[in-house]
Formats: sequence, structure tokens, C-alpha cells
Amino acid sequence: MIASPSRRSRGNLAWQAATRIPAALLVAFILLPVVALIFGTSAGGFMAGLRHPLVGPALRLSVFTTICSLTAIVVLGTPLAWLLARSRGRLLRWTELAIQLPIVLPPAVAGVALLFAFGRRGLLGAWLDRIGVHVPFTTAAVILAEVFVAAPFFIQGAVASFERLDQNLVRVARTLGASPARVFFRVALPLCAPGLARGAAVSWARALGEFGATLMFAGNMSGRTQTLPLAIYTALESDLRAAQALSIVLVAVAFGLLWAVHGSGAQFAGVRSREGGETVERA
Amino acid sequence: MLSAIMCLATGPARAGQTQLVVFAASSLREAFDKLAGQFKRKHPGVEVVLNLAGSQELRLQIEQGAAADVFASADRRQMDAVKAGGWVLEERIFARNEPALAVSSASRALVRSLADLPKATRIVIAAPQVPIGAYTAEILAGAYRKYGPEFQKKVEARIASTELNVRQVLAKVELGEADAGVVYRTDIASARTAIAAVSIPPELNVRAEYPIAVLKGSRHPELAAAWIELLTSSAGRTVLGELGFLPPTDDARKRP
Repeated sequence: MIASPSRRSRGNLAWQAATRIPAALLVAFILLPVVALIFGTSAGGFMAGLRHPLVGPALRLSVFTTICSLTAIVVLGTPLAWLLARSRGRLLRWTELAIQLPIVLPPAVAGVALLFAFGRRGLLGAWLDRIGVHVPFTTAAVILAEVFVAAPFFIQGAVASFERLDQNLVRVARTLGASPARVFFRVALPLCAPGLARGAAVSWARALGEFGATLMFAGNMSGRTQTLPLAIYTALESDLRAAQALSIVLVAVAFGLLWAVHGSGAQFAGVRSREGGETVERA
Repeated sequence: MLSAIMCLATGPARAGQTQLVVFAASSLREAFDKLAGQFKRKHPGVEVVLNLAGSQELRLQIEQGAAADVFASADRRQMDAVKAGGWVLEERIFARNEPALAVSSASRALVRSLADLPKATRIVIAAPQVPIGAYTAEILAGAYRKYGPEFQKKVEARIASTELNVRQVLAKVELGEADAGVVYRTDIASARTAIAAVSIPPELNVRAEYPIAVLKGSRHPELAAAWIELLTSSAGRTVLGELGFLPPTDDARKRP
């Protein structure tokens, strides 16, 4: 009945090969272009690229707009995720599905859709135009585009995190007399913080890399709407070195961001990042 | 799975079918689509594969070793770079294009000439890094000299965006988000919505030359030469002319 040790170890070996080889292939495939990008740039070229006139304004604008968009996403997205995670109503299920749409929309289409909504002849835009508010081609348009494409990533993470929250803890807190608001702020938020932070990091990375919708909806103007990805594409037309330098900056910033939240943030809290809220409750 | 990807990477070549791979600037889309049909009738069994993108992207692909037979560029700069890399067998100018103002349907009564440009509340042009953007900068510099500092101040204040290719400029005008933009005359001809073409005074305008070349890596140089011949034949001239392209030299223009 029981397999002999040698047969079992052979089976283990085959299984290990069957899982590790495809895994290694995919990791190599994803890392190769990034490594090639870094090795394809000399240190001198990188420094010269950084001094390119497009770089400074784009970097500042990207930092500013993504901070604004992330703030909006977290402030508006957290209550939404809380509602979605706690309700089984049909309307909210549809909402949960509909809110994921920006993930599958091609970014350029998202940009056109934003124009149809907020543009001069748009649904809301035509009305805004009459009261003197012009959204397209402004920094506000960059932020709106980032919120549109990046919010679903935060909401996904936040909903998953709230759903893993042990309902017994909520019930106990309620029976001890805590108000729903107190339960949310004192029980749910602290326990779900790592999951929310991960969602926010992915969302931020997505906002930082946003290109298509911004180009369509906000245009490309240095200092006003030209974010890092747009500057990279503009530089690509004339100076490959500046484009490479900017790309490396973008990769470094995004990677640092993901590492900060996935790696250090979660581990210092004594949590395996993959299990999030659940483990916190056991601790 | 890997072999399937390899298959896709080498292109959709069917057995027994010869392919002519033409790399062309995106502004040539309509013209080359039409001419590909004519070429196929003349050369049965040959398939024309068009790769349409910005001239700069095509140049990068050629320099990275893309298998192409013909390269048609929308400006000299990119062709010269490809030539400097030793990729070009023979090269010639086959058409020219002319920048013009594209004016949205709502603003066509306001903007009737280049001098009216300050009446547009929102102007969109291309970035100086792309060919049409460089031409636009040249045209505007001339216009600033001619129409004075007041004109310059107003125009500069109303430029809302510097787009990364000419079709993006056109899209913004077509959507009505911009009142006016500088594009090629052929782009306005290809637009499917009602936008107006306003000519730029000839003394301020520039001519964009379209060079075409047979590439060194070509597997079918004789077919590549035949493609260029078709473009420069009277049939080719007619197709290009209908779409708003100008013949390569002014002499040819005067010919009936």
C-alpha cells in the first residue's frame, strides 16, 4: 500500500521538477527584459539621461499626481470595499463586478471614455463647461485618469482583506457595546491594515505607470500633464538614453514601493504577507 | 507552447506564398492599403504585409534586425539614421506632404486662416520630437515673426498639449476637445468626421518629404523594387494624389 521510500522520492523529484522548471522559466522571462534594460544603460548614460530637461518636471508631476490619486482612492475606496465585503445584496455584487471594468478596458479606450464623460461635449463635461470648469488637458485630468485605472486594484485588495476578517471579532465587539463606527476604526481597520496597504501599493504602482488614458484625456504637456511614462515615450522619439534613464527610475520607484509594502511592511508586523488579516487574528 | 510562440514570432507565412514586408509610416496607411491590392493583382501569389507605425518606431525595429523588405519613412531624419546604420540598398523620395490646420466643426467659422489661430480657445500640436511637431515649430516661428508678439503670446497660452503623434492631434480635433491643430493635409482627408482644412500660407509652410528604400536584409529585393516602381508609376501617383499627397518634385506637379 505504502510506496517504497525510493519510489516516493523519485515521485517527489519528478513533482519538484514539474513545478520548479515552469516556475523558473516564467520568472526568467519576466526578469530578463528588466535586467536587459538596466545592463543596456551605462552609468554615464544614466546620469546624462537624468539631466534631460524632460526628467525633473515629469518626476515631480508623477509624485504629486499619484499621491493625490492614491489619497482619493483610499479615502473613497475603503468605505466602498467595506460595504462590498459585508453585503450579499445583488446590487452590490453587480457593483463589485462593474467596478473591475477599468482593469480590462484598453487604456486608450479608458481615455476616450473619460473624454466622453468630462470632455467639452461629454455627458458631464458639457455642463461643467458652461460653469467654466474645463477638465481635459489639466493636471486634474491626470489625477482622474489615474484614479479611474488604479482604483479597482485597491478595491480588490481591500474587499479581500475585509472578507477575511473574522466575523466573531466584529460580533464580540458589538456585544461589548462598540458602535459600528468604533468597530470599523478600532477592530476592522487595524486588523486589515496590511491587506489594505498591499492593495494601495499595487494601486499606486498602476497609477505611476498609467500611460494610455492620460495621453488621451490629459494630453502631453511638460510640467502640467506629462507624467513619467509620457516623458519616457516623448524622450523615445529623440533621445533613447533619457528614455532608458527614466525607465530605470520608474522601475526602481515601483519596485521600492512594492518591496516596502510586501516585504518589510508585512514582515515587521510579524505577518506572512500572503495570509494577511487571518494570521493577524491568530497572533 | 514555446514552439507555438516561435511560430508566431516568425510570422504567419503560409506555405508556397511569397511575402513582401513593407514598413511604412502610419500616415501612409490608406494609400498603401489601396496599393497593396493593386500590387497583388500584378504579382499573383505575393502577399504584401504592411507594418504601419511611427517612423521612429520602425527605425528602431529595423536597427534591431526586423525582417523587412521596404521602409517608407515620413521624414528624412529617420531614413538618414537607417542609412547611416548601413541597412539601405537604394533610396528615393516618392511623395511629399504638407502641414495644414485642422479646425473642429464648432470653430470653423472662427478660424479661417493661420492669422485667426489666436481665436481658437484650445490649440493642440505635436511634440517637437516627432516630425510633424518639428514642422509645426518651424511654421509657428515664421508666423510669430509675421504676425507679431501679440499673436505669439496668445497662441502659446492656448497650446493645451503636445501630442506624440499626428493621429493623436487629429483625434483631439475630431473629438472637439481642441479647436485647432497642425496635422498633415492627408490626415484631414482621411478623417471620418467633419473637420475643416485650413491652408497655411505657402511662404510660412514647409514640405515634408517621404523617402522610401529597399532594405539590405530584403529576401525579395526585386519585389521590393517593383513596389517602389508601383508607387512612382502614374497609377501610384493617382492613389497618393487622391489622398492629398503631393508628387516628389514641383515639376511633376505641373504635369497633367
